Amino acid sequence: MKELAVKNKLGIAILMLPIWVALYLSLDWITRIIVYSFLSLPEDEHLTKAIYFFIFEVPKVLLLLTLIVFVVGIIRTYFSPEKTRAALEGKPLFVGNIMASSLGIVTPFCSCSAIPLFLGFVEAGIPLGVTFSFLIAAPMINEVAIVLLFGLFGWETALLYVSTGLIIAISAGWVIGKLKMERYVEDWVYKIKTDHTAVEEEHLTFGDRIDRGVEAIKDVVGKVWLYIMIGIAVGAGVHGFVPENFMASIMGKDVWWSVPLSVLIGIPMYSNAAGIIPIVQALIGKGASLGTALAFMMSVIGLSLPEMIILKKVLKIQLIAAFAGIVGIGIMIVGYIFNFIY
Amino acid sequence: MVSVKILGSGCAKCKILNAKVLDLVAKNNLPATVTKVEDLMEIMKYGILSTPGLVINEKVKSVGTIPKDEQILIWMNEG
Repeated sequence: MKELAVKNKLGIAILMLPIWVALYLSLDWITRIIVYSFLSLPEDEHLTKAIYFFIFEVPKVLLLLTLIVFVVGIIRTYFSPEKTRAALEGKPLFVGNIMASSLGIVTPFCSCSAIPLFLGFVEAGIPLGVTFSFLIAAPMINEVAIVLLFGLFGWETALLYVSTGLIIAISAGWVIGKLKMERYVEDWVYKIKTDHTAVEEEHLTFGDRIDRGVEAIKDVVGKVWLYIMIGIAVGAGVHGFVPENFMASIMGKDVWWSVPLSVLIGIPMYSNAAGIIPIVQALIGKGASLGTALAFMMSVIGLSLPEMIILKKVLKIQLIAAFAGIVGIGIMIVGYIFNFIY
Repeated sequence: MVSVKILGSGCAKCKILNAKVLDLVAKNNLPATVTKVEDLMEIMKYGILSTPGLVINEKVKSVGTIPKDEQILIWMNEG
């Protein structure tokens, strides 16, 4: 009976795939029918271009997001913070940093759980620098950012974002480890005792994993779809109406201060990665440089003020400042390198 | 009497799970005491790394997720 249910769920999931592909491939065609035949808008006008952009990009990004969030949701059922901690225990610096950053991508993580995770890692004797590598990579490299970058910029930029994000998480964690900042963790943290064996491993059938994937779609897509629509609407407006090279003097590659300024502005902006990326994409068309834009997005997504405020419970201000400073510098280096290359 | 604890301070899912458990207990007339544990030291004793945690009769049943209604009821009936 149970096996039948699993087969049915898997069958439905597999059946959905060709429908997804057909929809995705016919988006251009459907958009043209809506814009030119149904709404009969005149070609080559700014407003038409903006509407076309919106009608085409919103379903495209949402389709990509649904598929990727579903797949990632299933992959994440094979990982848990508890397993990640077990894998990181006893690993030296550097190897630990690489592992923590990579596991940060696939381990289910919510910044609202940053404190129990931090306490649990420290209590297990995982070095501070390794813990930070995880805490930097987990929010920065997430499926929503990857999908938006892939959908709106192309796979090269998405790959660039993931790889530079990993390098920042690894090196910033390593530097924090080398600085020996353990004394800037609140004293009571080291007094905590936990029972590692209390949490039993879940036994999930593949049907359960598919359910989790569906839940992830409801959870993530339900949370970000509005931001995506607003972001793409603003982006469409920018595409259609902002003059060419408008951004060159503010976010252009020849403006040296644009990179640090972008990082600073990005820190208080939070959780709107879904809304920010489409706008940044539009700005690049208006003379903003890729390095500056990348630095801005990394700062928005990776360095968040609310998370720092949460971490204040367990970290002294010096360590939070060091964390923000080191990650900020890492992001700036990435920004300058890409402004230099492109 | 079944003891149910929901571990977690601020997170949105913690509030949802707490409301859900209270609702299930009320609807099914279950003999249970439901407590929401918000103290970090207390939460960490259960060894969980993400919230919400669902503890039934001092056993951690789920971590970081909101289990289905039927599952919660099965756990509570097992006692």
